[in-house]
Amino acid sequence: MSAEWPLWEIFIRGQHGLNHRHVGSLHAPDAELAMRHARDVYTRRNEGVSIWVVPSSAITASSPSEKGPMFEPSQDKVYRHPSFFDIPDEIGHM
Amino acid sequence: MYAQMVKSEATQDDPEALAAFQARIDAGEKIEPKEWMPEGYRKTLIRQIGQHAHSEIVGQLPEGNWITRAPTLERKAILLAKVQDEAGHGLYLYCAAETLGVSRDELTEALLAGKMKYSSIFNYPTLTWADIGAVGWLVDGAAIMNQVPLQRTSFGPYSRAMIRICKEESFHQRQGFDIMRKMANGTKAQRHMAQDALNRFWYPSLMMFGPSDKDSVHSAQSMAWKIKMNTNDELRQKFVDQTVPQAEYLGLTVPDPDLRWNAEKGGYDFSEPDWTEFFEVLKGNGPCNAERLAARQKAWDDGAWVRDGLMAHAAKQRSAPIAAE
Amino acid sequence: MGAVVDMDAALFAGLCRLGDSTLVLGHRVSEWCGHAPVLEEDIALANTALDLIGQTQMWLGLAGEMEGKARNADALAFHRDVWEFRNLLLVERPNGDFGHTLMRQFLFDAWHQPMLTGLAQSRDARVAEIAAKAGKEVAYHLERSADLVIRLGDGSDESHARMQVALDTLWPYTGEMMTPDATDTALADAGIMPDLVGLQATWDGLVRDVLAEATLAIPDGGFMHKGGKQGQHSEHLGHMLATMQFLPRAYPDATW
Repeated sequence: MSAEWPLWEIFIRGQHGLNHRHVGSLHAPDAELAMRHARDVYTRRNEGVSIWVVPSSAITASSPSEKGPMFEPSQDKVYRHPSFFDIPDEIGHM
Repeated sequence: MYAQMVKSEATQDDPEALAAFQARIDAGEKIEPKEWMPEGYRKTLIRQIGQHAHSEIVGQLPEGNWITRAPTLERKAILLAKVQDEAGHGLYLYCAAETLGVSRDELTEALLAGKMKYSSIFNYPTLTWADIGAVGWLVDGAAIMNQVPLQRTSFGPYSRAMIRICKEESFHQRQGFDIMRKMANGTKAQRHMAQDALNRFWYPSLMMFGPSDKDSVHSAQSMAWKIKMNTNDELRQKFVDQTVPQAEYLGLTVPDPDLRWNAEKGGYDFSEPDWTEFFEVLKGNGPCNAERLAARQKAWDDGAWVRDGLMAHAAKQRSAPIAAE
Repeated sequence: MGAVVDMDAALFAGLCRLGDSTLVLGHRVSEWCGHAPVLEEDIALANTALDLIGQTQMWLGLAGEMEGKARNADALAFHRDVWEFRNLLLVERPNGDFGHTLMRQFLFDAWHQPMLTGLAQSRDARVAEIAAKAGKEVAYHLERSADLVIRLGDGSDESHARMQVALDTLWPYTGEMMTPDATDTALADAGIMPDLVGLQATWDGLVRDVLAEATLAIPDGGFMHKGGKQGQHSEHLGHMLATMQFLPRAYPDATW
């Protein structure tokens, strides 16, 4: 028995104009078959207009143990969010 | 309910880490694959998600038994689409289990070697077309009771798989009930088949929730970890309360002489299934255990050359440009 | 021959040939559900079967409608016997191993796809409309089956050997697709269905290219089976119908 088919991560653009979103994974011997499997497995209900397939092994993920240093520094940069600023009512929408 | 009697694993981790982990779960956080988790949590999840996945795959067989005999083209298409969904759900669940460090092939081999279980319900035969109705109505009905709360389970990949599955399954129970309605309102023979299907599937459906686990240590641990969301008895009661009025609507009789509405508890009193039978089925002595596993084994063995052949081609393609240079 | 062909009868027969072939092949492919070599293929096979069953509903639906005898697609599918079935012999071949199923699909798709392209130009708008819808589905079937034939033909030693056996076994059932009879000719002359002889070149080119890439050898010898389109079938079809038609036949007064 030869090796197991590698795992692929599947990203689908649900509608024109939206980002591709991770929807799940599947097994396939190569990228072309992964693409076709993704079509058959993940768009049975007309869910997509575009598919990306990525070998799971090619994904570099942030380390959970570094979650603090990685993400917490952005928590106090509240001035990046529009709600930080008061705009007088008479100015209207900005 | 497709995962039954999942034994939770004892865990021997640092108490401080365990407490911090529990606090995250209590706060409603999702646990993601690469984050620290107790060994017991990981092993219990592999067993539970694996069993759930196996149930989807083996669950294709009793209904698949009628795809070639569906009585209209539309029924054939609907049933095929439904059984296909089950293959998809098995696939999603195997992928969720794989994030915990076990491969799909390993899980498959454990199933075939009898080291992992699948739901007892799929060891019962589908003898008439009404059984396809009963499976959708009762078996999917029972499964949905369990799967809807599992969308909130603590393990991220499992939760996301359940969300997708619940969305797709919403038509499964309805198609079963629709078949039952046609049969129950049909000819004398059809009504007979409908009642007979209910008679045969009622108690096995109640067994799907597993025996009472209100005093079980394993269940308490799984519930604390939010990989089990309700007790077996809660879900069984809910299932009976939901299903009895539906049976009445169909004009069918639930095969339980002791079934009574209990106003005080606001639910039905009903008879327990035969738990001796349940344990025999789990041990491999159900009416179809041998056939179900043999079918899966045959698909696995017969498919080996296809899986290997496609891998061989992919390997050739990868090496081809290098060889040419 | 040479007699005046009843065009209504010809069209009814032509539609049954299309619908019966998609029905029988869809049924055969659906037999795989739950038994395929790998989950991803199980799902893909079911998609193909679902497309074919859907096409059956359209072709036989139109056949029943134009016949005007109150027979709908289900009546035609479930209440005719083998001698009334008009499907190609190729599609009633048993599934065999996955290689046989796949090769049967490819040899059929390579005909089905250009056939539908031709049908989409039909002078009969109802035929053209069905063909346009089915054509998109079948273009995908062909892409998929051709690619898998190449991969397994040029895969491992075992997969190559199995694909060659499948090709050798099924090849003599392919001639029927491109051999017109009086019905086919009448429909082609009326601009309702494409000229089958004209499909031969397209089919040949496609099949030869794919099989060459798959490193498979086209069998010698020109013998071809025939008869499916005229209702003369193999023993396999009767067994298939016995299974498929059991319920509506056993309970003729029931609705489902």
